[in-house]
Amino acid sequence: MMSVKNLIIIGGGPAGLAAAKSAYDAGERDILILEREDKLGGILNQCIHNGFGLHTFKEELTGPEYAARYVDEVLARNIEYKLGTTVLSIDRKKRVTCANETDGLLVYEAKAIILACGCRERPRGAINIAGCRAAGIFSAGTAQKLINIDGFMPGKEVVILGSGDIGLIMARRMTFQGAKVKAVVELMPYSSGLNRNIVQCLNDFDIPLMFSHTVVEIKGKGRVSSVVIAQVDEKLNPIKGTEQEIACDTLLLSVGLLPENELSKMADVRLSPVTGGAVVDDDMMTETDGIFACGNVLHVHDLVDFVSEESEWAGKRAAAYVRGEKTVSDKVQVDAKDGVRYVVPQYVNRTGDEPLKLKMRVGNVFKDVRLCVIGDGEEIYSRKCRVVTPGEMETVNLNEKQTRALKNCRQVTVCLKAVER
Amino acid sequence: MSEIIIIGAGVIGCSIARELSRYDAKVTVIEKADDVACGTTKANSGVVHGGFDAKPGTLKAKFNVAGNAMFDKLSKELDFPFRRNGAFVLCFDDTKWDGLKRLYDQGVENGVKGLKVVTGDEVRKKEPYVSQEVKGALWCPSSGIVSPYEMTIAYAENAAANCVKFIFEKTVSSIREDGERLAVVCEDGDVLKADVVVNCAGLHSDELNNSLCEKKYKIVPRKGEYMLLDKTSGYLASTTLFQLPTAMGKGILVVPSVHGNILLGPTAVDIEDKDCKDTTYDGLAEAFAKASITMPSLTKKTVITQFTGLRAHADAGDFVIGFADGKPLYNLIGIESPGLTAAPAIAVHASKEIAARLGLRERAEFNPVRMGIPCFATMTEREREEIIKKNPLYGRIVCRCEVVTEGEIVDSINRPLGAKDLDGVKRRTRAGMGRCQSGFCSERVMEIIARERGIDMTEVTKSGKGSEILVGRVE
Repeated sequence: MMSVKNLIIIGGGPAGLAAAKSAYDAGERDILILEREDKLGGILNQCIHNGFGLHTFKEELTGPEYAARYVDEVLARNIEYKLGTTVLSIDRKKRVTCANETDGLLVYEAKAIILACGCRERPRGAINIAGCRAAGIFSAGTAQKLINIDGFMPGKEVVILGSGDIGLIMARRMTFQGAKVKAVVELMPYSSGLNRNIVQCLNDFDIPLMFSHTVVEIKGKGRVSSVVIAQVDEKLNPIKGTEQEIACDTLLLSVGLLPENELSKMADVRLSPVTGGAVVDDDMMTETDGIFACGNVLHVHDLVDFVSEESEWAGKRAAAYVRGEKTVSDKVQVDAKDGVRYVVPQYVNRTGDEPLKLKMRVGNVFKDVRLCVIGDGEEIYSRKCRVVTPGEMETVNLNEKQTRALKNCRQVTVCLKAVER
Repeated sequence: MSEIIIIGAGVIGCSIARELSRYDAKVTVIEKADDVACGTTKANSGVVHGGFDAKPGTLKAKFNVAGNAMFDKLSKELDFPFRRNGAFVLCFDDTKWDGLKRLYDQGVENGVKGLKVVTGDEVRKKEPYVSQEVKGALWCPSSGIVSPYEMTIAYAENAAANCVKFIFEKTVSSIREDGERLAVVCEDGDVLKADVVVNCAGLHSDELNNSLCEKKYKIVPRKGEYMLLDKTSGYLASTTLFQLPTAMGKGILVVPSVHGNILLGPTAVDIEDKDCKDTTYDGLAEAFAKASITMPSLTKKTVITQFTGLRAHADAGDFVIGFADGKPLYNLIGIESPGLTAAPAIAVHASKEIAARLGLRERAEFNPVRMGIPCFATMTEREREEIIKKNPLYGRIVCRCEVVTEGEIVDSINRPLGAKDLDGVKRRTRAGMGRCQSGFCSERVMEIIARERGIDMTEVTKSGKGSEILVGRVE
């Protein structure tokens, strides 16, 4: 049976909830959120630590508390949602097929779709660690769910590979529960996690963080019994002779998050090889007409506050699209260069006068630099940064004048420049 | 009624069990793991070989060609995935054409149909991602691909439906004579007696034979490491791509799986430890480097997992099939490649020989048909609608990467010889086999296993005893 909907939001996590709320507030009433889990809130439900919401609510909330704020907003607006419902396919005509236990197979035709399906963790196989395939190897998020949602301990003696935020949070969480975290091992010479997490989750518990190291072998029959770690050279290859074996029953992997764009590909949404998410304009619309993307499915954020902000904007613009108010205009491409790894959005519409927000990540740790937006050779914006790291997303807020200047350029780049002394 | 014990529930043990279940005998399969297909069977290339590679006149050649021909009917009867995708043996060197020609002649002598020597351009016309360095190839249209563990599970389920008894987690330590019969001595002290014992112990088949017979054999585990690529790389190859074989085997392949992944490997290294299934840094690097010769555009970015398989290489060189020294021990020793392809033919041959010795009669009740678990991922929209109506659990998608539903997982656990652990569910349904490698679904699958089997979450294992996933409850 085919039904028609103005706006379908795929995913009821922080991105989907914020998008739904703002689309409603922008006047859209025919909204449907499709959520595969049995509860709204997404991954926040398993993030029981606090530190969420400092930007949005000016207070420190736990993950479930932060999610509840947005769930309440969605419920107060009576926005329709379906739980336990997995989207099986979408196409470029915005036909959405999904299934759940009670309704069976559902088919919708949407005027607009917002992709808000989040990201997934990079698995062991993707990083080619040799050794056994015993029990006791978990991605950090899986371990987090087992402990915080199900109430089970995945291990007692733990080595964590990767210093992403979930890995850092789990080092502390498992320590609290009586496990011994023996080391956090990071391939790069810097952490991809937030500095505050390194201080609060590792340093406060004397957990060693070993940079430029990796796990080269996992040993064990049945269950993991040890891992062998080694130092790596500048090309990230293990250095022979630096191996050391650490006895443990558990290896947690926090080696990166990947935007989950399997559905996007079905609808021919063009993806960026750098972010792993869609290529979007400043309305968060992908290059497939009427399909929007926001949150971690677009690019991996480090703070949920930024996910909410980006998604509220996407919701508002999707509502405008449904009303026929989104103009199709000529676009300016925004390139990342000289130390900046990517910028989202990748394109800016020449029309529209809302102040622009550009989000970006750098490719390495840089000290004393200027983050610049250059349009046709002229500096539109610049800001001094004492330090920028790949682990922390940078935002550039352009004012109306700067936004107008950018929209009139033929070519725009965002880059890092050394501070002249 | 005659009693037959089969030791080992790999593809050889299970296919013989199924063929023997046609007769009026009491057949028991003993397996040391907690599931079928847990040894050599689960970790190989999944290729149904054409039969040009085996030396003419060998058992390998005979059973390879005969086995290959059985797959179309068998895969329908037992409902397991199989596809005749064809294979190329690639030649990178203008001076090695005679190697291809030798293979061609050998294949013709073995009775392989449709062989053809083709040019590099003809290869690339069909397989555009194959290296420009390829000068020519042998084309073998009868080569196929199969899921080895799904085929074995199918055989085992059909055997069980035809009254074969399976005993898991029981390790046989030796066989001794017991008058006219044989006694199977188990590690736990049990002694089981039978009129015929069928030795399908794979890597350990030499030890079982040697515990009873004068004539000794030696199995050398030959290790092969593989890398599996995500389905997004499935476009890279539709046929099986061999390189010209070497003394150690058929070389490194690039081969599609029946489910649309691409498999790279295997390496070939003789080792000592029959339980060593570890991958190595160097082995994986070699597999990737050599596969890249076939296909230079391969990237490690889409690798989703790696694994090691051990082939049961016998010093004899050929398969050893038949009764040992006139004793009621039926040996199947050294069944390495093309063992998977040969299995259906070996099973028919072995069961006939055993039936003749014991004077068994065929049973009228034998049912050759087995139905697999309905696969939601490959259904049409209409079929999906129907099946959710019949069983609403099919509306709950548990494994998002491979689109596996709770309905399939529950079925995989509750059917005869059902899955007991995460790997068992994975082999039967593909839950956890996709690009996230069970990151999202393992916890849900554990809950379903605990619920359906009436056990505690902390008792759920990855693959049998000693591989418990959780260590306790959060206090």
